[in-house]
Amino acid sequence: MESLSAASYQALYLLFTGDSSLWTIIGISFSVSVRALLYAAPFGILTAFVLAYFRFPGRRLLVSIFNTALSIPAVVVGLTLYILLSKAGPLGAWRLLFTQDAMILGQMCLCFPLLVAMAHSALQASDRRAWETALTLGASPLRALLTILHETRFGLIGALVASFGRIIAEVGSSMMLGGNILNYTRNIPTAIALETSKGSFAEGIALGMVLLFMALFLNILLGQVQGKGEVIQ
Amino acid sequence: MYKKIRLLFSLCLLWSLAIAVQAAPLRMATTTSTQNSGLLDILLPAFQKQTGVEVHVIAVGTGKALKMGRDGDVDVVMVHAVAAEEKFVAEGFGTDRVQFMYNDFVIVGPNNDPAAIKGVKSVTEAMTKIQGSQSKFISRGDDSGTHKKEQALWQAANIQPDGNWYIEAGQGMGKVLQMASELDGYTLIDRGTWLAYKGKVDMSLLNEGDNQLSNPYGVIAVNPAKHPDTNYADAKKLIDWVSSQDGQELIRDYRLHGEPLFIPLLLK
Repeated sequence: MESLSAASYQALYLLFTGDSSLWTIIGISFSVSVRALLYAAPFGILTAFVLAYFRFPGRRLLVSIFNTALSIPAVVVGLTLYILLSKAGPLGAWRLLFTQDAMILGQMCLCFPLLVAMAHSALQASDRRAWETALTLGASPLRALLTILHETRFGLIGALVASFGRIIAEVGSSMMLGGNILNYTRNIPTAIALETSKGSFAEGIALGMVLLFMALFLNILLGQVQGKGEVIQ
Repeated sequence: MYKKIRLLFSLCLLWSLAIAVQAAPLRMATTTSTQNSGLLDILLPAFQKQTGVEVHVIAVGTGKALKMGRDGDVDVVMVHAVAAEEKFVAEGFGTDRVQFMYNDFVIVGPNNDPAAIKGVKSVTEAMTKIQGSQSKFISRGDDSGTHKKEQALWQAANIQPDGNWYIEAGQGMGKVLQMASELDGYTLIDRGTWLAYKGKVDMSLLNEGDNQLSNPYGVIAVNPAKHPDTNYADAKKLIDWVSSQDGQELIRDYRLHGEPLFIPLLLK
């Protein structure tokens, strides 16, 4: 039986010898997920800000809905978009199915609720008087908004990092919407699924390690950023 | 109250004893297309009725099925990839291999058939036409039996599949068929999966019948010399039974959506 250590050793070898097919997969993973996060972040943070700072009917319900959406399985997001984007579906004319754009769309839908929920709790904890003071001092609403975002930056960065962690590791929607096409829509999670189905565990573990290193790196980064945000004694 | 607990306890004990006495089931790794064909749902209950052996089926890709056999995680494998099967036996991981039936592959594609392969006799000519017209072809790309067959066919046609028209999907047969339908592409598919899915996609069967498209199935016991704890006795029973007249007749008479699917190889 192929031992775990032998598979891990071979995995490290593949990584550090710059196995080109492996690095293409890693590149696709990051370019898709970074774009998804960049597109989703402004809307997500703005939504969170509106939910935290303005009172309107249905606000609490909306917050509950976003919190519930955190537990939607990725395959359900994938399936819903698949039906919409399919040739027979209402958006079929866009011909987006099995492209990177479809994957980005799926990942945006996945990280949006997480962004809103985490940014909302960060903004909720901020001091409302900062907003009012900024406005009284003659700042434009946009300038005041930027002040608030700057005040809560640690929480917001946490929201971004957590969202990125969710979408870089999800397999369900990428598999359905991207189709796991070599050199185009095959990312780390779908490649792991494929390698496992082929019985090539070393490649699967190599890709898994990249994901783990990334998670570690992100968490250290987050720890650094939040460490600076400590209350001054 | 105390009495009730005691009663419950003895019942639990009895139950666990019953489980322990029950024979270990036979673990069989097979491919998803075999599972999807529905044949096992007819074959295995009949086998269990005659021999009392219960079979647990694990349906995965061919590569993984053979790996499970290699690692001793299953007792018997039923796959359709001749070269890989021969290697598996030659390396000593498998024993008592029998080719007991076959079905065939077909090429399906968009209804308007842009590469004009309908009615073409030779499958290599059909594949040359697909490449020549730069029509999309969706490949399984997952090292499965079907993928290996497809690669052999490209090789026979002297074509190195490459370029924008050739899409390596890396997914199961059902998903690849859906992709071919969505992208208006061609694909190679086993007849069983095609019959099961053809109502769900907007495509036609365009090429069939060439000898090269035959797809023989093998059943192989995991070698007890490599893995002494496998259930070799029951694996052998299964192999003998699918080769027997009873088993072969069941295979011959099996129908999927009213059409015969498998042709027995050992029927006398």
